[in-house]
Amino acid sequence: MAKVTVDGITVEVPAGSNVLQACEAAGKEIPRFCYHDRLSVAGNCRMCLVEIEKAPPKPISSCSYPVADGMVVHTDSPMVRKARRGVMEFLLINHPLDCPICDQGGECDLQDQAVGYGVDHSRYAENKRAVKDKYLGPLVKTVMTRCIHCTRCIRFAAEIAGVEELGATSRGEGMEVGTYVEKALSSELSGCLIDICPVGALTSKPYAFVARPWELRKTDSVDVLDAVGASIRIDARGPEVLRILPRINDDVNEEWLGDKSRFAIDGLKRRRLDACWVRRDGQLHRATWAEAFDAIATRLDGMRGERIGAIAGNLADAESMLALKDLMATLGSANLDCRQDGSAIDASRRDFYTFNTSIAGIEEADAVLLIGSNPRREAPLINARLRKRWLQTNGALKIGAIGPQADLTYPVQTLGDSPALLTALRDGAQPFAEVLRKAAKPMLIVGQGALLRPDGAAVLAAAWQLAQASGMLGAEWHGFNVLHTAAARVAALDLGFLPGPRGRTFAGMMSGGVDLLWLLGADEFDTGRIGRETFVVYQGHHGDRGAARADVILPGAAYTEKNGTYVNTEGRVQRGFAAVAPPGEARADWTILRAFSERLGRRLPYDGIEALRARMEQLNPVFARLDVSPRFGATDPTGPEAGDIALSDTGFVYAVANYYQTDPISRASPTMTQCTEIYRPTLAVAAE
Amino acid sequence: MLSDKDRIFTNLYGLHDVGLKGAQGRGDWDGTAAILARGPEAIVEEMKSSGLRGRGGAGFPTGMKWSFMPKQVGERPHYLVINADESEPGTCKDRDILRHDPHKLVEGALIASFAMRAHACYIYVRGEFYNEARALQRAVDEAYAAGLIGRNACGSGWDFDLYVHRGAGAYICGEETAMLESLEGKKGMPRLKPPFPAAVGLYGCPTTVNNVESIAVAPTILRRGAAWFSALGRPKNSGTKLFCISGHVNKPCNVEEELGIPMRELIDRYAGGVRGGWDNLLAVIPGGASVPVLPKSTCDTVLMDFDSLREVRSGLGTAAVIVMDRSTDIIQAIARLSQFYKHESCGQCTPCREGTGWMLRVMNRMVQGRAEPDEIDTLEEVTRQVEGHTICALGDAAAWPIQGLIRHFRPVMEERIAQYKSSGRTARPLPLAAE
Repeated sequence: MAKVTVDGITVEVPAGSNVLQACEAAGKEIPRFCYHDRLSVAGNCRMCLVEIEKAPPKPISSCSYPVADGMVVHTDSPMVRKARRGVMEFLLINHPLDCPICDQGGECDLQDQAVGYGVDHSRYAENKRAVKDKYLGPLVKTVMTRCIHCTRCIRFAAEIAGVEELGATSRGEGMEVGTYVEKALSSELSGCLIDICPVGALTSKPYAFVARPWELRKTDSVDVLDAVGASIRIDARGPEVLRILPRINDDVNEEWLGDKSRFAIDGLKRRRLDACWVRRDGQLHRATWAEAFDAIATRLDGMRGERIGAIAGNLADAESMLALKDLMATLGSANLDCRQDGSAIDASRRDFYTFNTSIAGIEEADAVLLIGSNPRREAPLINARLRKRWLQTNGALKIGAIGPQADLTYPVQTLGDSPALLTALRDGAQPFAEVLRKAAKPMLIVGQGALLRPDGAAVLAAAWQLAQASGMLGAEWHGFNVLHTAAARVAALDLGFLPGPRGRTFAGMMSGGVDLLWLLGADEFDTGRIGRETFVVYQGHHGDRGAARADVILPGAAYTEKNGTYVNTEGRVQRGFAAVAPPGEARADWTILRAFSERLGRRLPYDGIEALRARMEQLNPVFARLDVSPRFGATDPTGPEAGDIALSDTGFVYAVANYYQTDPISRASPTMTQCTEIYRPTLAVAAE
Repeated sequence: MLSDKDRIFTNLYGLHDVGLKGAQGRGDWDGTAAILARGPEAIVEEMKSSGLRGRGGAGFPTGMKWSFMPKQVGERPHYLVINADESEPGTCKDRDILRHDPHKLVEGALIASFAMRAHACYIYVRGEFYNEARALQRAVDEAYAAGLIGRNACGSGWDFDLYVHRGAGAYICGEETAMLESLEGKKGMPRLKPPFPAAVGLYGCPTTVNNVESIAVAPTILRRGAAWFSALGRPKNSGTKLFCISGHVNKPCNVEEELGIPMRELIDRYAGGVRGGWDNLLAVIPGGASVPVLPKSTCDTVLMDFDSLREVRSGLGTAAVIVMDRSTDIIQAIARLSQFYKHESCGQCTPCREGTGWMLRVMNRMVQGRAEPDEIDTLEEVTRQVEGHTICALGDAAAWPIQGLIRHFRPVMEERIAQYKSSGRTARPLPLAAE
């Protein structure tokens, strides 16, 4: 610790901190453009200048100057103020005066700090610099004349995103940030460039000229487009969600957000189900709620419980899944499943299906094995954590992968794609086994690609045995992790949205296994597998695959339109909040189920969301602990049972082929379609 | 005046054999092993007591710089980097060392590396110096072939490798940390200090960067003794120095002289005097483009060394004396320097990137007189806003010539402005429609 006096306030900061951090600890705000606490220090904007006693008698950039014990810093002396005014003047002479048409206006660091350090007129009478705009892909819009060359974007791309595609060409006044060879940035985190750019040089392309920040209503929520559950802020104006930004949450997403989660929101306005529909004579007709409920009730009349089934989709909130489960129970059905992809998850114990190390815990790991998982496509934020850990260890972190070759932005030793490698590693017959065994905190990540196979249960059991053999299951350290791709999955498993006694599984409900199938936003399977005679109720928000097959459509609410509970892949329980109202006739999903139960005369015993949540907590106490770090050690070494299923020879295939379109919202999004065309052209052709 | 026996660079003009034989005939490589046998500590001590100040421009004591290197080699190897990226306008001393006396540099590289416990040394040669790099490489090859460097250099038991690296012609790569970046294959942009290169330098290892001349004089100092060297020149400004005299003189030349020689004597004796006689002198830039200009009145008496020139608010810099007679448009001359600094600014930090362009544009108008008198003050203020606010010294270097101009030639500038006004033209540039 070092004692530093800032403007007369003495603070203690850890040795190795910089002066800027010491000033912040003392409550002094230091203006800055290039400094960002999650990026390396560039020290080039010169805005954070301070005066330090007994240092060279000139202003010193506080972001790059290490603290020393007994240091005395002045952040508001005449010298400092003069220096900052000078730097501000330099920043402004070539910065266009286009704030009125700039999307950064109102949330621009340069604007804000110009209020503090700028002057009301310009002494610069010469022509201003103009710079050609660059193409960075469909998500990031550039107005390079506004660039102040802080190089945050370059450092973000190189350090956090792991794609060294941005750089500066030319020098002096002619310096330009760009990709040199024109190309779209190949990062799943490219939207974060917009956040870190302190001026309006990099702005959101889909959001261009849409709104001003002060017009927006801001709602804190959680993201559901992957299973990470990133903290987000939904910015809405009137009935429309205009943009989504990340919130700082060091345990989950730090301050980053994947491009799908950020930019798929234009899908919320397209292909929406805003009214009930009932199929008559092979055609869907608009209907009232009463008519739709009647159609279902008529069909249900006299149907035995075992002929009724329900499948929960990937975006469902916990409340609606519980309401559906309870409804099915009143109907006498145990045919429930949330594993529409058919993945072999053993839900008998929670640590068999969660990411037990926790996302922040990745920063302690010293060896990683990826099993049938491509985190870059399945969870870019977890991939960014793995990369961060790899950087922290100066590249010493050993990462092995079982699966096809993939570029994960850090070096990965691909051991092969055969499941047999799991037993080889367990028995020490594979050289990488040594790496895992020698590591103090090894971890493995089982992806959905490894579980949604016929031998998924065997893979899961083998992975657990490997974890045990490699010392991953300690009292303080749990290195066994399942990486989900569906935001609803862990909550569904926690609620037991699984086949009850003698209940049918997902596969059992297909091909006429049930006569009435209730799809709660379930779209991620081939609806052709549903029996021809099966009556399908689709409750959801998008006219996707499930709605196309439905006999009755009940319009539900998307995640931005309802209060809901979600559990991320770590098992972290989080709440999302409604930012806007659902469109048209659509309603929050649990209320639809509650209303239908009343129509059936089997009223569900909750009248408000609080009562429903109380029931949730009663069913599983984990729902009572919000936003807490779910970390725990491994207490019970007994692993999941494979039964009589054996490992097959078929190689692993990753679960997510196209990061940009994985759910009804992103499939409805023109921006995500554009991304698919640009980044995964082969898939775009195949899908047509 | 320096007597011939005290000259270090005895083949400065390339009149003798440049090769190893010739160099050995002039005393190079004589008893190098014995010098190394004194041990690193003794060599550094000797350099310290010689009072040698760095010849690259800043004048930092060389021996002290060497002593900043860790005394023990830890996990990371030590490196010596020699700065032969001589790009300062008016300076051409290192160039002559490279092409005519390269063995002094090669021997100095070995001794300095040994003193700093470095087994490898890089010489970063300015990109434009193609023939000079070849001459240096020839000398390096000769030294390798003769066993003077390489494994067991000079039979001293010290392994030493020397690499010649050619730059690509960027002035900023002459800044020591930008040079390290460039050597590592990155864009030549100065690093933040601290950490200093002696702690974290080339490839993150302890590194010292020295100028060619500083290294090339080291063997002679060690052979003849610190006392001999420090007896030359003036106190705290000891030894001999290569001066590059250019501009409006009758015989532009490079010459080795004692520090502290009067400027007038230097110009008159070696450069054949100012064109048209001493009274035709207008001004002199005494130390390469980046130091403030001095008017004739100062030049009459000033001594050429670090401290004397600093007293008159200029600097010795690289000792490149640029002489301008009364035919010179001094505003245009300084504007040309501003153009150089704008062109060579790396663009990393704000004051230099934006300030150099601003200063140039105003200077260009000053040349015409197309300005208001109060803009001289604005210009001065802009130079103050750049000076001392940047990562490296290029910002200072861009500011000083203009400050010197305003300090000594403000009446000329005002007169030019008045002249322009009297011609009936408007001074301020007309705002464009967009503004």
